[in-house]
Amino acid sequence: MLFKISLSNIRKSIKDYAVYFFTLVLGVAIFYVFNAIETQTAFIKMNETQREIINILTQAVSGVSVFVAIVLGLLIVYASRFLMKRRNKEFALYMMLGMSKWRISALLLCETVIIGIGSLVVGILIGTGLSQVMSAVVANMFEADMNDYRFTVSASAITKTIIYFGIMYVVVMLRSGVVISKCRLITLMNSGRRSEKITMKNPWLCVIVFLISAAVLGWAYYMVGWDYAHLNSKKMLLAIALGAVSTFFIFWSVAGMLLRVIMSAKGIYHRGLNSFTFRQISSKVNTTVASMTVICLMLFVTICTLSTAFTIRNSLNKGVEDNFPADFYGYFALYLHDSDDLDRYGTGDIDDVYAQQNMSIYDDFGECCHFHDYADGRLTLDDLLGDRREEMTADSVSVYAMMDFDISFLKLSDYNALMKLYGMKQIELADGEYAICANASGMPEIYDKFLEDSPEITSFGKSFKPSSKKCIRNSFYPDMQPSNTGAIIVPDSAVSEEYRGIDYFVGNYSATDKKGKEAAEKTARENWDYTMRLYQGDGYMRHLETRIEAANDAVGIGAIVTFLGIYIGFIFLVSCGAILALKELSESADSLPRYTMLRKLGVEEKEITKSIFRQSGIFFLLPLLLACLHSYVGMRFGKVGLSMIVGSGYTKPILFTAGVLIMIYGGYFLLTFLGSKAIVKEQK
Amino acid sequence: MSLLRLNNIEKYYGNRSNLTKAVDDISFSVEKGEFTAIMGASGSGKTTLLNCISTIDRVTAGHIFLEDTDITTLKGKALNKFRREKLGFIFQDFNLMDTLTAYENIALALSIQKRPANEIDKAVKTVAEQLGITDVLSKYPYQMSGGQKQRVASARAIVTEPKLVLADEPTGALDSKSSKMLLERFNYLNKEQNATIIMVTHDSFTASYASRVLFIKDGKLFNEIIRGESSRKEFFDKIINVVTLLGGDMSDAL
Repeated sequence: MLFKISLSNIRKSIKDYAVYFFTLVLGVAIFYVFNAIETQTAFIKMNETQREIINILTQAVSGVSVFVAIVLGLLIVYASRFLMKRRNKEFALYMMLGMSKWRISALLLCETVIIGIGSLVVGILIGTGLSQVMSAVVANMFEADMNDYRFTVSASAITKTIIYFGIMYVVVMLRSGVVISKCRLITLMNSGRRSEKITMKNPWLCVIVFLISAAVLGWAYYMVGWDYAHLNSKKMLLAIALGAVSTFFIFWSVAGMLLRVIMSAKGIYHRGLNSFTFRQISSKVNTTVASMTVICLMLFVTICTLSTAFTIRNSLNKGVEDNFPADFYGYFALYLHDSDDLDRYGTGDIDDVYAQQNMSIYDDFGECCHFHDYADGRLTLDDLLGDRREEMTADSVSVYAMMDFDISFLKLSDYNALMKLYGMKQIELADGEYAICANASGMPEIYDKFLEDSPEITSFGKSFKPSSKKCIRNSFYPDMQPSNTGAIIVPDSAVSEEYRGIDYFVGNYSATDKKGKEAAEKTARENWDYTMRLYQGDGYMRHLETRIEAANDAVGIGAIVTFLGIYIGFIFLVSCGAILALKELSESADSLPRYTMLRKLGVEEKEITKSIFRQSGIFFLLPLLLACLHSYVGMRFGKVGLSMIVGSGYTKPILFTAGVLIMIYGGYFLLTFLGSKAIVKEQK
Repeated sequence: MSLLRLNNIEKYYGNRSNLTKAVDDISFSVEKGEFTAIMGASGSGKTTLLNCISTIDRVTAGHIFLEDTDITTLKGKALNKFRREKLGFIFQDFNLMDTLTAYENIALALSIQKRPANEIDKAVKTVAEQLGITDVLSKYPYQMSGGQKQRVASARAIVTEPKLVLADEPTGALDSKSSKMLLERFNYLNKEQNATIIMVTHDSFTASYASRVLFIKDGKLFNEIIRGESSRKEFFDKIINVVTLLGGDMSDAL
């Protein structure tokens, strides 16, 4: 009997529950898909590095899953509380008919169980389907072989999903039980009668509050997005807190402010249904200030997370392509005992290291280039730029511009040999000339400014003039990202071997195909490690990077970042969409008499649809707009923070993010609009 | 020619096996400037009749003409346009938009006709003066008394200068003092503004303000009395007599 009542209840309020159910299914599916990655990829052929990356990814996902579960849990509690409120009258009827509170609680329990099991089953089914797609995505990312792939269902992920969501549902049941046991019949009965009183705020107060919040927000923006040179963690926290608080007050006042503004334009306000539409929106926004704030902040986090994740991934992949033009790169240097600085390294020769084991590094490579950099004492960026440093680095948004580092010299012949190896443009220098090469973000521009009035520099007892007013935009060594903060190239005759610094080796394997290169790399790496380990001599540093390794790392880090970004982003978007949709749909149901009224007044169906579209549109757009503004500033700041690793543009990632946003958030909007239209149309 | 003509209106509910004749062959006409009350017990079909006239409901058979238009054949946009421009509604439960001020509620009826803003302002202020609600124009419905709300609703109904004002139990939710005030306003609108009003009520006192009362019983026209030159008190007594004739729950409604 109880089961029957609850089933029919669900069927009756299916419109209210549809969005709730849809959200639960989406939540379950996303949760399953990401937690099933490990099992899904078990059948894909991968190398060890890739396997390790998958392991890291799995661990990260299960960590993030706890957070995701909390977010979803809060969403579910919010949604169920919301739906219960709408059914107060129904509960009142049950009580009047003599049903005990226990039985009502049991009824609710029944409903939650039905919805819970339903959403889990449907969600896991959809999730299983989606995770096959996910496997293909992973395989594609790692360029792995999918021939052995089979349709897989992850038992561990299913168990995990059931446990996590089970806990959430139990919390919801307990909560609704407590709520029912506490409520009183008279309040339940009265809650059905919608109070005519509507929270109307003083419009002028709204305008003032809005202006103040906008100003405060602007100041917080300025601190984070423009004045970051003076930013410290305390100021940062203050800016975040101010941002959140002013966001709240902007939503508190925006409706009243807009209304005030539009009302003063009588021609617009009293045209068609405009007055009705704007009043509807303002009453909706005024009663949803807290949720709006939370949604706006969540959207902000989502936009930043997603676009940053995509940016990192793109620039990592592109970075290796552009900045790693050789197969193998290593350097070696001895610890300098006679130096005053503790961290000074210099001299040393890789050839000697290999020779000690009667080997030669040249055996492992086809084309290669072995060279040193040179230094006469210590030249840092500060020394080079001198008094004008502040002025030259002032407009730069790069982190590099705020740091100080050593600048070394290269011989022209070494540089040209390297460029030949990389397939890049060689340069010419006359006697007594120099050139600067750099590509770390922001640095070339700083050197351009430095070179503007052809400053002479003095080193190795000689002075040099710049050969060009432009800094060469490249790096003399391969790396995953553009990281060359600057090197000065001088004619060979200018330096002698006594100034030798770090010893570099850059080479390509003689093999041309992928397999051959992998084999060659194995040997080269083994030999490098072997000789270095056995090197006799105290204190040295060495470093090795290869193109294959860099590419794998790039893909791996990129994959982890993207997956986590999408995971959190999806969940956040679903939560935001669900809250707004629930609110808007229930508002529409409550407003039904108003629409009936409008119809009696002879308003066209088209006008009503237009009004509904505008209402849901603005309702969804408001938090999104502010979130976009937040994100713009957030990403401006992020650009500075990420300039160490991010070189490529932001356009594509932002388009990606917009795509995801439109898909999920836009999907919820469409669902809401169509749902509202149906609710309003329903009875004539 | 009469403003409104009803020719053999029928409205059936249900199906073949279980048929309810809510309106059973009713014909009458209303002249321009008339104030007509339709009386009847609950379930007599008076509200159904009004709904048919107001095009909210469709007739099963018969024709309704407003001037030259057969409104039973109107559909979709034309129907909405007709409702918007030719009719004014007043309901028992006011049906004001609780999110709008009184001013905006009245203006809404004009703005959905896409009238220019300055014209709207003038019209709203004029009608507010006529109904004595100028001082509540900036208030929201929840800040007004029932009588004020109903007068705002009446203002909304007549601000568009409709051919016909339809009122469904306008005094149903009002106390006697507010009722009297509202009905006096109706009289004023009828006499001074020459508004044609059809009002459905089951209250003899309310009906006594009309110039003509139609009685409906079980979906049929039962009786009709015209006030003529008699005073409201005399007319009221006449109505009571008919109501007594009608018997049943009508007398309970008194």
